[in-house]
Amino acid sequence: MKLLHFFANHRAEVATLFGEHLWLVGVSMFFAILIGLPLGVFLTRRPAWRALVLGGTSVIQTIPSLALLGLLLPIPWLGVRADRLTITALSLYALLPIVRNTYTGIMGVDAPIRQAAIGIGLSPSQMLWHVELPLAMPVILAGVRVATALTIGVATIAAAVGAGGLGEFIFRGLAMVDNNVILAGALPAALMALVADGALALLQRSMQRPKAS
Amino acid sequence: MNPPPENAIEFIGVEFRVRSSNSILHNLNLAVHRGEVLMLLGRSGSGKTTSLRLINRLETPTSGEVRVEGVSTTDWDPIRLRRGIGYAIQEVGLFPHYTVEKNVGLIPGLEGWNRSKIEARTREVLRLVGLPDADFLKRYPDQLSGGQRQRVGLARALAVDPPILLMDEPFGALDPLSRVQLQKEFRELHKRLQKTVVFVTHDVGEALMLGDRIALMESGSLRGVFTPKVFLESNDEIVKAYVEAFRTAQSVLNA
Repeated sequence: MKLLHFFANHRAEVATLFGEHLWLVGVSMFFAILIGLPLGVFLTRRPAWRALVLGGTSVIQTIPSLALLGLLLPIPWLGVRADRLTITALSLYALLPIVRNTYTGIMGVDAPIRQAAIGIGLSPSQMLWHVELPLAMPVILAGVRVATALTIGVATIAAAVGAGGLGEFIFRGLAMVDNNVILAGALPAALMALVADGALALLQRSMQRPKAS
Repeated sequence: MNPPPENAIEFIGVEFRVRSSNSILHNLNLAVHRGEVLMLLGRSGSGKTTSLRLINRLETPTSGEVRVEGVSTTDWDPIRLRRGIGYAIQEVGLFPHYTVEKNVGLIPGLEGWNRSKIEARTREVLRLVGLPDADFLKRYPDQLSGGQRQRVGLARALAVDPPILLMDEPFGALDPLSRVQLQKEFRELHKRLQKTVVFVTHDVGEALMLGDRIALMESGSLRGVFTPKVFLESNDEIVKAYVEAFRTAQSVLNA
C-alpha cells in the first residue's frame, strides 16, 4: 500500500526517471548493435580474430559494472558527462551477446545453402544480405534480447555517477533504508525488462518464416 | 570478335588435390560440346562432383585449367562466370526464407532487371518446369513436395537463361515416380532449350536415359567418354560392370 502511495505522490518523478532509463538503454543498445553486428560479421570473415574479440568482450562483462564506470571516468571526452560515460559502459556490456550471436547465427547457416548461393553467383556482400543475415536473424535477435535485459538491469547503476534513471530510487532507498523506495525503482525496471523482452520475442517470432501446415 | 569456341567447357590436364590428401582428380582431360548433355557418371568419391564444381569455380584446379567459353575459370570474374552458368543441386539449395518467386527472381534482380521483366520471366521458367499455377509463387520451399522443390531449383537455374547448366544429382532425393517424371520432362526441356548441360549422377539408368554422352569417372580419373549406345556395348571392364548392374535390375523387373 505504501508503495502505491509513493507512486501516486511521485508520479512525475517516476515518469521522468523511467524515461531517462529507457533513453539510456535505448541509446546504449543502438550503439551496441551498431558496433556488435558488424563485428560479429567481421569474425565470420576473419575467424583468426574470433578468440581475441569474443575473449575481449567476455572480459568486459566480467568487470563489475560500478568498476567499469570508475575505469572509464578518467577518459577525457567520456568522463566529463555522466550520460556519455554510462552509455559507453552499457554499450560495452551489451556487446558480447550481440557479437557472439551474430557470429554463431551466421556460422550456423547450412553449408549446402551457402554453396548454392555462391554457385548461383552471389557476391560475398549479396550473400550476407540475402542469405546469411536473414537466416541468422532469429539467433541475432536472441542475442539482442539477452543484451537488452542485461542493459536494463545494469542501467540502474547509472544513478551512481549521476546519469539518472530508475537507479535514483534504488540508491535513495538504500540511503533511507526504505524498501518501498528501492522497489519504486526496481519494479518499473523489471517491468521494462519484461515488456522489452516480450516485444523482442514477438519480433523474433514474426521473422520466423511460416511453416508448412 | 573471335568465333565462339566449339567446346563450351574444356578440362585440360586438370589435377585437383586438397592439402595433404591424395589426388582427388588426376590428369582430367575432357571437352563438353556446345548444346550436349554430358553425364558425369561414377561412384561417390570418384571426383564427379568436384569436376562439376571446377566448372563454376567453386574449386580451382591445383594444376591444369578448366576453360569455359575458351577462357580459363581463373581468368573469369567469378561472379560473372557463375551468373552465366545455371546451377541446380539437390533440393537443399533453395533459400528457405524466400518464396518460390523470390528464389527464382533473385539473380535476375541482382542483374538489374526491372520488376515486370522479372515477374514475366519467373512465370515463364516456372511454366517451363511444369509449375504453371500462380499460387506456387508465394509458397516457401518447405511448403512444396520434393519434386516441386526440384522443379523450382531448375527454374532458378534457368532464370537468366544461361547457356550452360550444371546439375548435381538433381533428382537424387526424389521418389522413383517423381524422378522418372522429371527425367522425362528434362529431356523434353533440353530438346527445346539446347543448353550445354553437365549432369552428375551415380545412376546408370539416368545416365543412359538423359545423356548425349557419358563420361565415366573412377577414383579421380576419367575412364572414358561414351555415347549411351557405345556404353552398352563396351568391353571396358568397369563399364561392363555398370551395364551388368543395370541389366540385372531390369531383368529382375521383367522376370
